[in-house]
Amino acid sequence: MNDMQFLTWVRGTGLDIAVSIFLLGVIWRLFEIYSIGRKQDLAAPRSTPGASGLHTIFRRSVPPEGMMKRSPVSYIGGYVFHIGLAIVVFLFAPHILLISNLTGLSWPGLPSQFIDLITVVTMAAMVLVLFDRINKPVKRFLSTFGDWFTWTLTFLPLLTGWLSVQHLLLPYTTMLALHILSVELLLVFLPFTKLFHAFTVFGSRWYIGKINGHKGVAV
Amino acid sequence: MSASLEKGIRVLKEVIDAPMASYFSSCVHCGLCAEACLFYTETGDPKYTPIHKLEPLRRIYEQEYTLLGRLGKMVGLSKPVTDDELEEWKELVYNSCTLCGRCSAVCPVGNDIVYMVTKFREGMSASGHAPEGIIGAVNRTITIGSPMGVKLPAVKAQMKHVEEDYGLPIPLDVEGAEYMVMLSSMEIINFPEYLAAIAKIMDQAGKTWTLCSTAFEATNAGYQIGNSDLAKVLVMRIVDGAEKLKVKTVISPECGHAYSALRWNGPNVVGRPFTFKVQHIIEVLGEFQELGLLKTEGFETDKLTFHDPCQLARRGGVIKQQRNLMNMVAKNFVEMPDAGYMNWCCGGGGGASAIEEGEELRMEAFKKKKAQLDAVKPDRLVTACANCRIVLEEGLEHYQMDIPVVGLTEMIAEHIPKKGA
Repeated sequence: MNDMQFLTWVRGTGLDIAVSIFLLGVIWRLFEIYSIGRKQDLAAPRSTPGASGLHTIFRRSVPPEGMMKRSPVSYIGGYVFHIGLAIVVFLFAPHILLISNLTGLSWPGLPSQFIDLITVVTMAAMVLVLFDRINKPVKRFLSTFGDWFTWTLTFLPLLTGWLSVQHLLLPYTTMLALHILSVELLLVFLPFTKLFHAFTVFGSRWYIGKINGHKGVAV
Repeated sequence: MSASLEKGIRVLKEVIDAPMASYFSSCVHCGLCAEACLFYTETGDPKYTPIHKLEPLRRIYEQEYTLLGRLGKMVGLSKPVTDDELEEWKELVYNSCTLCGRCSAVCPVGNDIVYMVTKFREGMSASGHAPEGIIGAVNRTITIGSPMGVKLPAVKAQMKHVEEDYGLPIPLDVEGAEYMVMLSSMEIINFPEYLAAIAKIMDQAGKTWTLCSTAFEATNAGYQIGNSDLAKVLVMRIVDGAEKLKVKTVISPECGHAYSALRWNGPNVVGRPFTFKVQHIIEVLGEFQELGLLKTEGFETDKLTFHDPCQLARRGGVIKQQRNLMNMVAKNFVEMPDAGYMNWCCGGGGGASAIEEGEELRMEAFKKKKAQLDAVKPDRLVTACANCRIVLEEGLEHYQMDIPVVGLTEMIAEHIPKKGA
C-alpha cells in the first residue's frame, strides 16, 4: 500500500468503520447506562431557586470557591485544552469543509495561523496536565492504563494534524493519512473509555443537580 | 442478620442505578475530590481520594452492567471483588468518610460520590465488613431503643428535672400536638439544656408540642452503617409515633444525620411519602423568627463563630437560618473561612465518631478545623449538631484549644425573656 492508497483507505473504508463503531458505541453505551433507571424520590421536595439539574449542568463548569488554589493545573490546563480542542476541531476551515460535505452544515472558520497557535497551546496544555498526572501523588495513584492510553488517543490527532499542516517529519500525504487514522482511533475508543465523559458529563451533572435540587440545595 | 460476601455482592448489584452508572462513566481521574476531602488534605495519603473509596463498587458496576465488562469477566480478565478486598476498604468507606459531601460538591463532572458511598455501605454491611462500633450502635438502637443505650426512664428523668428547674411542662404523648420533638441520646445524656430550650421556645411561640414515648430517639445508625432494613425499623418507629399522635410536624434535633436519615432518606426506606412534615430544629427556629414568634433580648458580646453541620447545610440546604439566628443574639459573630455550604466537616459524621479504631485518623483530620478556627480565633464555637459538638470538643481538647462549644438552640433560648418579666 503506498501513501495515496493509505490516504484513500482512511478517507473511505477506514472512516466508515470508525464512524459506525463510534455511533453504535455511543448509542449502546448511553442505553446501557441510562436504561438502568432509578427509584423515585419519595421525600417531600423543598424547592429553592437555582437548584435544579439544568442549573448544575452549567454551574459545574466553574471551579468552586477555594478549589482553583488547590489544583490550578487541573483547572487552567483543563480549560485551555478543552476549549483549545473545541476550537481546533470545529473552527479549522478544512474540518468545517469535511463536516459540510458529510452533513451540509457549514459555518465560518478561523484563520489558519490562529488555529496553528491554538493547536500549539492546546498541546502544551495537554503536556502540562500529563506532567501533573505523573507528578501529583493523587493523580498518579488514580491513573490506570486507560488514563495514559486516552491521553495518547487525544494527543495524536493534534500532533499529526499540526505536523501535516506544517509539512514536517513525513510527506504531507502520509502525515495527513496518519492524522485521519489517529482521529478514527479516537472515535473508535471514545465510547468505551473515560473519554465517554464527553457525553455522560451532562447526565451526571443533571442527576446530582436534580437529587440535590430535590433537597433545595443549589450545587 | 447473617452476612456473607455473596449477599454483599448481591446488594451491591441491586443498589447500582442510572446515576451511578453515569457517574462511574464520567470520572476522568482528575483527583479534585481528594482536594475537597479532609482525610486527604490533612494526611496527604492518596488512598483517601474519595472516588478511590468506591473502587470495588466500580468494578462490580463494570462487570455486571457494561458489555465490555461482562466480556472481560467471562474470559477472566477482570478481578472479582473478594472478602479481603472489602475488609481492606472498610477503613476507606467508614473510618475515613463522614459522608460530608465536599467531594460531591466539587466534582467537575458532577459525580455524587457521597451518594455512592452510602450505597456502597449497604453492600459492606451485608457482606459483614461494617465496623464494630457502628454495629454496636445499631444493635443498641434496635434492641434498647437508642445507640447509647438510653431508655424511656432516662428521658422521663430528664423531663422531670427540666420541669422542676424551669417550671415549664414537658408534654409526653399528647395527641394532636402541632410538633413532635425528637431527641438524640447525646442530648439526653450530655446536653439536657436542649430539652429546656425547646420548652421555652415553644412556650413563647404559643405552639403545642409533645415528646413521644415510643419514638424519642432521632438518630439512625441503620442509615449510617448502610442497612436499609434496620434504617426502616428505626424510621418506622418515628412514623408510627407521629401518626399515632397525629402531629403536623416532626422536629429533628440538633443532629445532622438524624435529619438526613429522616427527612430525605426516611420516606424512601419506608417506601411511602410521610403524612407529616419533617423539619430540623434550626428550620423551625428560622420560621418562628420570620413569623415574629421568636423574640429575644440582650446579646452575647464575646467573639462567636458557627460550625455548619454538613448534613444540615451542604446536604440539607439549611444555610441562611442559622446565620439569621446567630445575628439575633450575637454582637460579634464572625465566619470561618469556607463557612456555610463549603464548611469543613468536624471529622466525625456519618457514624465515624462511633469507630474507636478511627480516632487517631479523626484527630489528624481535625487539623483542618483547627486551621479554620485559628483563622478567626473565636471565644466560643456555636453549632447545631450534638455529634459535631462532641467531636469538636474532643478535637479541641486534643489540640489544647480552649474554645467552649455551644448549641445554637440553647443559646437562643437563653435570650428568651422570662415570663412576666
